[in-house]
Amino acid sequence: MDSIATSIQPLDGDKMIVNMGPTHPATHGTLRIVLELEGEIITRATPEIGYLHRGVEKLGEHLSYNQFVTLTDRLNYCSSIMNNVGYAHAVEKLLDLEIPERAKVIRVLVSELARIADHVVCVGINAVDIGAFTAFLYLFKQRETVYDLFEMSAGQRMHTSFTRVGGLFRDLPDDFFPLAERFLEECPLAIDELEKLLTRNPIWHDRTKGVGALSPEEALSWGYTGPCLRACGVPQDLRKSQPYLGYDQYDFDIPVGTTGDVFDRYLVRVEEMRQSLRIVRQALDKLKELGPGPVIVDDYKVALPPKEKVYTRMESLIHHFKLIMHGIEMPVGEVYSATEAANGELGFYIVSDGGKNPYRIRVRPPCLPIFSSYEQKVRGRLIADAVAELGAMNVIAGELDR
Amino acid sequence: MVNVILEQIDERLPKAITDRHDFRGDTTIVVAKENFLAVVDFIFNEGFQLLVDITAVDWPLRQVDGREQRFDVVYHWLNLATQERLRIKVPVADGEGVPSLVGPTLPPHFKTADWFEREVFDLFGIPFEGHPNLVRLLTWPDFPGHPLRKDFPLDGGDLFCMADSTAPYTGHSHLVGE
Repeated sequence: MDSIATSIQPLDGDKMIVNMGPTHPATHGTLRIVLELEGEIITRATPEIGYLHRGVEKLGEHLSYNQFVTLTDRLNYCSSIMNNVGYAHAVEKLLDLEIPERAKVIRVLVSELARIADHVVCVGINAVDIGAFTAFLYLFKQRETVYDLFEMSAGQRMHTSFTRVGGLFRDLPDDFFPLAERFLEECPLAIDELEKLLTRNPIWHDRTKGVGALSPEEALSWGYTGPCLRACGVPQDLRKSQPYLGYDQYDFDIPVGTTGDVFDRYLVRVEEMRQSLRIVRQALDKLKELGPGPVIVDDYKVALPPKEKVYTRMESLIHHFKLIMHGIEMPVGEVYSATEAANGELGFYIVSDGGKNPYRIRVRPPCLPIFSSYEQKVRGRLIADAVAELGAMNVIAGELDR
Repeated sequence: MVNVILEQIDERLPKAITDRHDFRGDTTIVVAKENFLAVVDFIFNEGFQLLVDITAVDWPLRQVDGREQRFDVVYHWLNLATQERLRIKVPVADGEGVPSLVGPTLPPHFKTADWFEREVFDLFGIPFEGHPNLVRLLTWPDFPGHPLRKDFPLDGGDLFCMADSTAPYTGHSHLVGE
């Protein structure tokens, strides 16, 4: 008995340092967290980021406005098409450009599909990290369908580069729609299945309830946006509050949590998937209503003329040459444009001096402020909670480090 | 709404706002660093409570009224009640600091500024006065220079990056031998 008693005495000043990452299954990307432990209790957690810093903002100063689209793919690579949309939207704000209605609806459609795919990854992987493997498998079939849809529309599954300044680089193909309809039928069933596995699962409750709870005031102070902020009880969603791309014409609701813990964030994300499906349904109907039409502006000072014209008409050839060699004629000024990405507010701050390249381009990633609160949230908790918390923050290192 | 707030700032803190412009619906005000914390305190009480972003812009060789002002530190605020945005720019010279928003004596309104300020310090070399832990965020501690300054070369000044990369590809002939 004596020997057991001594082994549970508190260890005074005996701390253990554990490196979580840079390559740890729960970090989803390359980031490192130095944990100082007393037994299983975390006394300090020092995040060290920058392993995926590619200098996107520096590169952007040397690339033309349309060339930068490919770099936005690599920010949040789980929902790259949303970054494309957010970036193109910012440049169009700078140009004060109105894009064709069909392009707007397609952008909404693919953004919502990407939101579903992103939430699938976040919820699924978070469950895997905690030990519930099955949900992930059911959902990943749906994510696969979304990526098939992206492949049909943009030719690429992950790095889509779908948008151009002024619209999209091509229209959706005909075989997109039957698959999208099938997805709309199958995805709700898969989400139901996920909820059956997790929502009333006592183990899931034990692992997630109360972990990483945050008050709304604290969340605002930490600069939270997106599902993490809404889980804390703040109904802030840019699609509703500052509608862009005609989001005010769609009928959908904003789910809100109460405590901001991992469980609430899970519930918010699941409900957002359902709401996104509603938007996808409406967008598909709208596309049918609109009928065929242009998906990029008919202004050859901004968007490239069609190839047939370039080969047959002199003016179009000149426009093509001017656009490629000298870029778009940009006004001098600065804009900040934000869209509601899957993780929260994705902002682009562009300073233009009128040149071919942006003078300064800043990406405001949603997960950097969220992740900066990590230490406060896991201090005094168990390592297992740290893993749950990290997954529910949905930290994507490509976006965190840029 | 934001106009009313800016007029009130003009009344309470005369000459705090040195410049203002609107472009594409974005409101920008320029505030000297001496008045910055007072203005921030004021707009916080008026509802601009979500600090969305901190970044900077490098304008080498820029002179304003005979004083060097190389950098603009740019803050974006969002008012959740009215959904208005406000951009505050604080011009500083090279090496000159800006008051930090996370100093130990300040109310904990903007904890998010901690990492944003570290990032700006890392990429631009702008020190934030009063920041409790101003170390590099994205690059490593002995990284030479500050990458987002305009005089920082795109290839990072890395000899290995440029010296051979422009040479034509010769296949694996050097491995095969004569």
